[in-house]
Amino acid sequence: MNIIVAIKHIPSTADDLPVKGNNLDFDSVDFVMNEFDEQSIEQAVLIKEAVGGTVTVVGIDLIGELDGALYLALAKGADKALKISADDPSVDSHQQAKWLAEAIQGLSSDLIFTSVQASNDLDGQIGPMLAAYLDMPYIGGVSSVEVSGNTATVNKEFAGGVGAKYALSLPSVIGVQASSKPPRYAPVSKVRQIAQTVKIEELAHSAQVENSAGLIFKKMAPLIMTGRAEMFTGSPREVATKIVDLLKSKGLA
Amino acid sequence: MAVKFEKTKSIEIEHAVIDGVDISGRWSRMFEQRVIFEYTPELIEKITDLPNAESFAYCYQCAKCVGVCPVDIVGDYGPRKLYKHAQTGADLTTSPDLWLCTTCSNCLRVCPKEVNMVKIMPSAREQAILNGNFVPKELQYAFENTARTGNPLGQPQRKRDAWIQSAGVSVPIIKDLARPVDVLWYVGSYPSYHPRSMEAATAAARIFTALGIDFAVLGKEEKDDADTQRLAGEKGLFEMMSEHNIQTFNKYEWKEMVVTGPHELNAFKNIYSKCGFDRPVLHYTTFLARYLDQLKPLLKHEVNIKVTYHDPCYLGRHNGEYEAPRKLLKAIPGVELVEMGRNRENGYCCGGGGGGMWLDSFSAAHVKMRLSEKRAMEAASTGANVMAVACPFEVSRFEDAVKATGNEHLGVLDILELLDRSMRGEQ
Amino acid sequence: MAGNIFVITEHLDGKFSDVSFEMVGKAKELASIMGMQVVAVVLGSGLAANGFASDETLFVDDVRLGQFNPEAYGRVVEALVKEKSPRLVMFGWTAAGMDLAAWLSVRLGKPCVAYVKGLSVESGALVASSQIYGGKLIADVAPEGDLAIVALLAGSFPVEAGQGSTLAIRIAAPVSLEGLKIQFVESVRPSADDIDVTVQEKLVSVGRGIGGKENLELAEDLAKALGAVLTASRPVIDARWLPTSRQVGKSGRKVMPKLYLALGISGAPEHLEGMKNSELIIAINTDKKAPIFNYAHYGAIVDLFDLVEAMLELI
Repeated sequence: MNIIVAIKHIPSTADDLPVKGNNLDFDSVDFVMNEFDEQSIEQAVLIKEAVGGTVTVVGIDLIGELDGALYLALAKGADKALKISADDPSVDSHQQAKWLAEAIQGLSSDLIFTSVQASNDLDGQIGPMLAAYLDMPYIGGVSSVEVSGNTATVNKEFAGGVGAKYALSLPSVIGVQASSKPPRYAPVSKVRQIAQTVKIEELAHSAQVENSAGLIFKKMAPLIMTGRAEMFTGSPREVATKIVDLLKSKGLA
Repeated sequence: MAVKFEKTKSIEIEHAVIDGVDISGRWSRMFEQRVIFEYTPELIEKITDLPNAESFAYCYQCAKCVGVCPVDIVGDYGPRKLYKHAQTGADLTTSPDLWLCTTCSNCLRVCPKEVNMVKIMPSAREQAILNGNFVPKELQYAFENTARTGNPLGQPQRKRDAWIQSAGVSVPIIKDLARPVDVLWYVGSYPSYHPRSMEAATAAARIFTALGIDFAVLGKEEKDDADTQRLAGEKGLFEMMSEHNIQTFNKYEWKEMVVTGPHELNAFKNIYSKCGFDRPVLHYTTFLARYLDQLKPLLKHEVNIKVTYHDPCYLGRHNGEYEAPRKLLKAIPGVELVEMGRNRENGYCCGGGGGGMWLDSFSAAHVKMRLSEKRAMEAASTGANVMAVACPFEVSRFEDAVKATGNEHLGVLDILELLDRSMRGEQ
Repeated sequence: MAGNIFVITEHLDGKFSDVSFEMVGKAKELASIMGMQVVAVVLGSGLAANGFASDETLFVDDVRLGQFNPEAYGRVVEALVKEKSPRLVMFGWTAAGMDLAAWLSVRLGKPCVAYVKGLSVESGALVASSQIYGGKLIADVAPEGDLAIVALLAGSFPVEAGQGSTLAIRIAAPVSLEGLKIQFVESVRPSADDIDVTVQEKLVSVGRGIGGKENLELAEDLAKALGAVLTASRPVIDARWLPTSRQVGKSGRKVMPKLYLALGISGAPEHLEGMKNSELIIAINTDKKAPIFNYAHYGAIVDLFDLVEAMLELI
């Protein structure tokens, strides 16, 4: 069972996000591995432990700092790490998916995991696009994966606690929302040891296509946040009405 | 209360010659492995084979430790019990028992054989983590946060000095000051980020300023000491943080380092010396007690409260400072100091050490009552209306505990906050 | 028929989702500006007429479309779009839409915009406003070319604007549905104890203010009425009124739902750590100084029991 995990390096939303021109000021933000990728890595390692195989982690290095994430993946049980250097933090998801597809094409993979989504997927997520480029089926929002022979059984999460089970004929691309078990812990000493001993293989990529997403950026601005809650006043009945109206206006009731 | 507490004296003799064999100076050695049928000593050896955990084998089942273990008082614990479990088939590295010790060292204080849980626990925990054994999720988050953003709360490194805005006094950053200072004040993660502990930080800034101390802080360059994380099994993380911290500390010229928290005191004073860092470090209580004569005239306002002081394990038992905090409290006009039964060397742990700060849901499932709740009840029973603390871990723990035990009348304040209140009056 | 807006609708258990109506309503508004027609596309099996306000509703009827299947739905939508060349294809940014929108973008070689909260026309061109980076930034982008795919966040537009009557056309699947590699197996509805609160979209959460186990029933009723799951802060879990799987906070679960309704929760830092990134936080507490009001988007100082009873009457 050859499992590929495609990870994404994205700007961290823990801190402020300054804007420069029509886009994010990439020089002022830290990049982190998309948190759903931790779930992907864990799910891949769990499957490897259950049915045997190898787990290869591949990512696009946008600002030259991806190595830490790859070492962490290896410390968590991945067998091999590959990276594609882009050195351009503004590369869109379409281009990233294309480069990943080129890299994965020659790897005879049975199962490919990506995150279900990333917070900077303005032009769509890597998973479904990767599947389209590789001409493989895609299913996302998955919270558990089991493999038996050439079939993967997954649980897809819908809204309101509803789920559905699907059977996939491999090879297939899966957008992971949650692993069937919470991600294991990789101690810092193990990550450091791997950082000292392992060499990450670098892959070449095709020429970058300008604006592969086909979107013209007109403006980017922060959402205006008020520091305090907007308070509803009145009797419980009046407040209840206001709250229910608010929920209905947002499609939440 | 004028009871004097003495450290237990070892009953072993230092010099002995047995059957012509001189075994002086190795009085901890067991002569014969105690024979227990049905079980083999493998699981004991599994622990004693780990580096720094050899003392696990010295236990001869006297159970003095169990009587003083804070976890046993609310549960079923203590080094003697762990030894017995290991003798009878329990693997400490996979047992939930592995995560309940707070490394308070009360057991070590009374143990005639110096079975050292403060060394055994981190060693066994490190092994468990390396083996991929179960690690409670909350603790994992604390480790991951510390590695990623330099503090266990997962707050951005960039915002570490944002607390300075609310200090009301100028707090110089040593990098900007660009000159030697008398005091490098290491603020700490909780005082920098946690809303409740931050109040002790701002109070300290005002007190240092009022005393005319020449001090500066590291600001954004400061990273967590990770000593508690080390005791919870992440030696690699501690080493990583210590490399950064020592390098940062040595960039600047300063005479003394003052820390807000006892855990930092332990790391920088006791552990960093093994990494070649040997500069003076003291806790703020020891530091301020030196300035008692200059401090007293500044304490203009009466603070009429009955206070009981909780000895932090890492300031008290681990580092021997019991009196400076009490001197500071007694210097505040209007304060009546009462002692809890378990005080000074016999202080009762708040439960935050050894990783306990990030093991709440786990520990709570294994004890009848949280350690902090037990202690809050003890504090309330003295008739005090304020519990004074000197460790940034404690304020939120005890505030939570007084609410959970129905003792909301008991306020919880850091000594810094009380001094500040006396300096400025009720705010 | 060129110059159309296709709205790919969604349904569950025979009922159409609110976002489907939102999309139709917005599409109608755009269509009137751009001189187009709105086609609501329904993929399903034997579904009854709906009440969309579109110019036309296209029912693609096949038993293999009865349950959502990304591969089957993808094939059908791709074939329909290639045949009828709409100007705009709308999906909901939902469990279904998220499987299809970006995939279709690559299949067709046309741009796609996700996380869309707003759509407008500027100088004859479509402009989409998306909430990215966890909602911290709003990006306004104009898709290039003759066909754009947009995926809309639920709750962005009014539902009523999409309700009405329409011309219903039923067709068979325009493409073969043989040899599907993805097969629907069965629906999964988890039991009360198994629920993973971290994947829930709506949470009703109770704190010390709920008072006692006997009062939980009221909160549970509200949760059910809202299609939400009941969670709690630590004191409620300590008291064993709810299982630990429902604990939200530093020592429990970390959640980021679309709705977090906090009843009688003061907002200690340890609890906030578990839910402060929720998209919409509404806090109810009788203590006006409760720290949660610094983090909630909306709040009210009323008795939570009175409020919950009143809400139950309204929903």
